[in-house]
Amino acid sequence: MRRFLESDFLYDFLRAPVAIISFCVVSILVLSAIFAQFIAPTNPFDPASLELMNGFTPPMEPNMYTGEVFLLGTDDQGRDLFSAILYGLRISLFVGLMAVSLAMTMGVILGLIAGYVGGWLDNLIMRLADIQMTFPSILIAMLIFGVARGLLPPELRYEMAITVLIISIGLSEWVPFARTVRGSTMVEKEKEYIAAAQLIGLKKWQIMIRHILPNVLGPVLVIATITFALAIIAEATLSFLGVGAPRTEPSLGTLIRVGQDFLFSGEWWILLFPALTLLALALAVNLLGDWLRDTLNPRLK
Amino acid sequence: MLVIIFRRLGQSILVLFLVALISFLIFRYVGNPVDNLMGQEATLAQRAALEEALGLNDPFYKQYFSFVWNALNFDFGNSYRGALPVSDLIASRLPATIELALTSAIFALFFGVITGIYTAIRRGGYLANIILSTSLIGVSLPTFLIGVLLIWLFAVELKWLPSFGRGDVIQLGWWSTGFLTLSGIKSLILPSITLGLYQLTLIMRLTRSEMLEVMRQDYVRFAKALGLSPKQVNYKHALPNTLVPVVTIAGLQLGSIVAFAIVTETVFQWPGVGLLFINAVYFVDIPVMSAYLLLVGVLFVIINLFVDLLYLAIDPRLRDSNSSE
Repeated sequence: MRRFLESDFLYDFLRAPVAIISFCVVSILVLSAIFAQFIAPTNPFDPASLELMNGFTPPMEPNMYTGEVFLLGTDDQGRDLFSAILYGLRISLFVGLMAVSLAMTMGVILGLIAGYVGGWLDNLIMRLADIQMTFPSILIAMLIFGVARGLLPPELRYEMAITVLIISIGLSEWVPFARTVRGSTMVEKEKEYIAAAQLIGLKKWQIMIRHILPNVLGPVLVIATITFALAIIAEATLSFLGVGAPRTEPSLGTLIRVGQDFLFSGEWWILLFPALTLLALALAVNLLGDWLRDTLNPRLK
Repeated sequence: MLVIIFRRLGQSILVLFLVALISFLIFRYVGNPVDNLMGQEATLAQRAALEEALGLNDPFYKQYFSFVWNALNFDFGNSYRGALPVSDLIASRLPATIELALTSAIFALFFGVITGIYTAIRRGGYLANIILSTSLIGVSLPTFLIGVLLIWLFAVELKWLPSFGRGDVIQLGWWSTGFLTLSGIKSLILPSITLGLYQLTLIMRLTRSEMLEVMRQDYVRFAKALGLSPKQVNYKHALPNTLVPVVTIAGLQLGSIVAFAIVTETVFQWPGVGLLFINAVYFVDIPVMSAYLLLVGVLFVIINLFVDLLYLAIDPRLRDSNSSE
């Protein structure tokens, strides 16, 4: 703790207003997503709590039939929008986090193998990465999502939607991790402590995981932050297109998709508040990632 | 030089075969073609006959090569929905996507270069800083959100522009164009801005940094010392040298414009290939998905190959075959 308080990192952080604001925004959003069931006035997924009469209530105005007031208004089914956004935020963040973890695990393992073992394995992994890099990741995510839907029996398609979403986004983002880890591994591999580890007869996987991995993780965390922002946007895009989170488990993207239907009839709040939440989240994570990159690793700039 | 070109060409062909293999695997093994083509009341004998007719009992490599051969002849099988040939579906949708992609690419290139030059020349100026910080928000904003917000402002509130579709189109042979009618052009504006905005910010940043780099060079300083007006220095000497990398990157971005057209086409219900693809994903229409993958794969490989060869032509340092890896 003392080491952290005296570090350059904290010093830089306290002198970067953009980083502080972004950090606060992200923290508030994450905390309100985690504690959604305590903050949200209603449970938006409990059909018993929905009152159809409350449908289309504008924000901060009493409903014309029931007189109830909602902070951000309600949607067509009388669902409190504030609660729906909190729960949607939770799904968005969950999918983003799991997708990044998957991409990171996969990328780090493949990068370590490519960098340390080398040879044809390295060639195979890196050519695969090259090919994947020529296609935009959102396209790959859509394709994986489509194939997964085709492989699943129809009755499981909605139940498994979130899992499939996580897998498709995760698989589409592993390349930057693998490339960075491979590069640093190849540098670390030449150092003396690795030669020493080889001399005392440690196995390859022991050297990779116990000795190289801790030394290549720095840039990985920076990429993880940036990828997290990408994953959140990818999730929102897929859900908005109708090939992501279903309406029974709406993420922010799904809420925006629903809100778009009511744009023309004048119920602007159903669209606007989820959109603003997503915008704040994406912008804050992006800015935080940029700042981290510039501070921790100027080389990546 | 020739060796490098051939090696590069070989790589591209290899990638194409790999993409074709993936499309084939999706086409053949995701879902069951027989189930999708025949109803539930088909007898086992009928199913067996269809399996034989489709060549599903042939060895793997034979099926793969007949898939590639058919694809080369623009035969991608029939769509599971509506049973139309996939190639007809794609051909009828292609003009819409190409017109949208071209318009937004030109929009992005034109305004990206202009704002890039402006922010470089007026470095630190008031308006230049505003443009730069707005572009940061533009990068973080998801494409679909830009589209939805534009629809809200210009179609719902101001009622200036249509919010969906292509407007009236005119048939020129098999090509349907929206360029020739007023409603077609009006319908094109919002989708093009939505699709091009991200590329615009990218091109702007690139132009700006290249321009700043060039303006530090000696020949620009000498031109100034010679007493040429700032206009002449900026536009006649600095600008042409910044444009080569900018145009290359813009060309590379064409591929991602086509990919992101999926999102824009969905927001605006634009009847292009992207909308066809997303509906195929939604309804698990495997032949359409596989054909789209193949089409986009070919496009990306061609763009990448072209850009690489262009670099080779421009930069002689890359021609040394030893340093090509």
